[in-house]
Amino acid sequence: MDSTVTTGVEEGVWSGGDNRPLGASYGKMMMWFFILSDALTFSGFLAAYGFSRFKFIETWPIADEVFTHVPFFHGNYPMYYVAFMTFVLIMSSVTMVLAVDAGHKMKKNSVIWYMFLTIIGGAIFVGSQAWEWATFIRGDYGAVETKGGRILQFVNADTGERAALADFAVTLPEERAIHERKNGVWFYKEGSLPTYSVNEVLEGFKANSNIVIRTETINEAGEKEVLSRQESLAKLQNATQVVEGANLIHNEYGSRLFADFFFFITGFHGFHVFSGVMFNLIIFFNVALGTYEKRGHYEMVEKVGLYWHFVDLVWVFVFTFFYLV
Amino acid sequence: MAHAHKLEIFRGLLKFKSNTQKIWGVLVFLTLVTAVEVALGIIKPHALTGNTILGMKILNWIFIILTLVKAYYIAWDFMHLRDEKSSLRRAVVWTAIFLIAYLTFILLVEGNYIYNVFKDGFLTWNF
Repeated sequence: MDSTVTTGVEEGVWSGGDNRPLGASYGKMMMWFFILSDALTFSGFLAAYGFSRFKFIETWPIADEVFTHVPFFHGNYPMYYVAFMTFVLIMSSVTMVLAVDAGHKMKKNSVIWYMFLTIIGGAIFVGSQAWEWATFIRGDYGAVETKGGRILQFVNADTGERAALADFAVTLPEERAIHERKNGVWFYKEGSLPTYSVNEVLEGFKANSNIVIRTETINEAGEKEVLSRQESLAKLQNATQVVEGANLIHNEYGSRLFADFFFFITGFHGFHVFSGVMFNLIIFFNVALGTYEKRGHYEMVEKVGLYWHFVDLVWVFVFTFFYLV
Repeated sequence: MAHAHKLEIFRGLLKFKSNTQKIWGVLVFLTLVTAVEVALGIIKPHALTGNTILGMKILNWIFIILTLVKAYYIAWDFMHLRDEKSSLRRAVVWTAIFLIAYLTFILLVEGNYIYNVFKDGFLTWNF
């Protein structure tokens, strides 16, 4: 009869959570193990980022030079906006703990208020993330891509500042056959074109003697290598296309993998924040309706809170490894 | 549930009167650390970027250590790991630390190897 080992026959093993291994309720413990597995997914992403970066350590884009924008302000403000986003997320984590704390004290109205603030913080963060993506996709200076898939950016030789394509490219009377359904493959659409053609950039480059090329290579001083006028002209002969902004295949910032990882890592994180805001909303309404008051405890707020803090925790790492290091 | 909060941080150096007060204290600390990180990231002092310890720039060591410090306080105080049983804490934290350390080690060594292949091998890619 007793061929299998059983312990604790008196208590129900799967009896709906009345037995609490590790001193935590079933739901809370499972939330912890979900967070653990999700943390491993994120570390997989970040470690893959590290892998690609180590692989191209000498040519990887410098994040400070990519993320320099702040909404409503013009100019060069590296990191400020990302730091602001980090602060918003930490702040909303704080209101979340305060909600959990108020829950322990069974103060329904404080819980409602703190949950509301948490949701606002999350919404500001997701909005900022969307703005950051839009800015990244639009790009600002433009660059050309070579036959080897490397990016050549332009700088002003006198000031050392970045030069946008619009600053020097000329407009040539070029004709381009427009693809239409009737004269080509019918299910292909006319692709979107960059503002300037390679020729227009090349001619503009020849006409402006103070423009030189900046390659992807990082020199001893930790800065991108700037070529002389002669070398620049030689490099430009290899240019195959103009790149403005970023997508998964081309980006004007440098290594293609950089944009891919930007989209995947911040996208995956942004999706977590979005779902976190959704969970918080559900809990917010439950609190407001008095569900947990009737239940006698606010543990659900604590469980969703754990998820919300986890999102914050991940951002701390993304911030360091994507933007700072 | 965790009604008895442990109210000391920094190994008992700082003891708060209530849980709410501790939360604000931790917020101040985390904000301070973030501010230091951002300031260092913008200034990039030459003494920290020019010298390396164990093959990594000192500045990057500082960033990573400060990040782990922040992660510790988020997990311990915001996620209440400080108030959980040590068995739960260890089950979650050590699992993550071992697996992540292993994964990072393997991938970074491999990435570095491929970097050398690209650099010394008979292969042109940067053109």
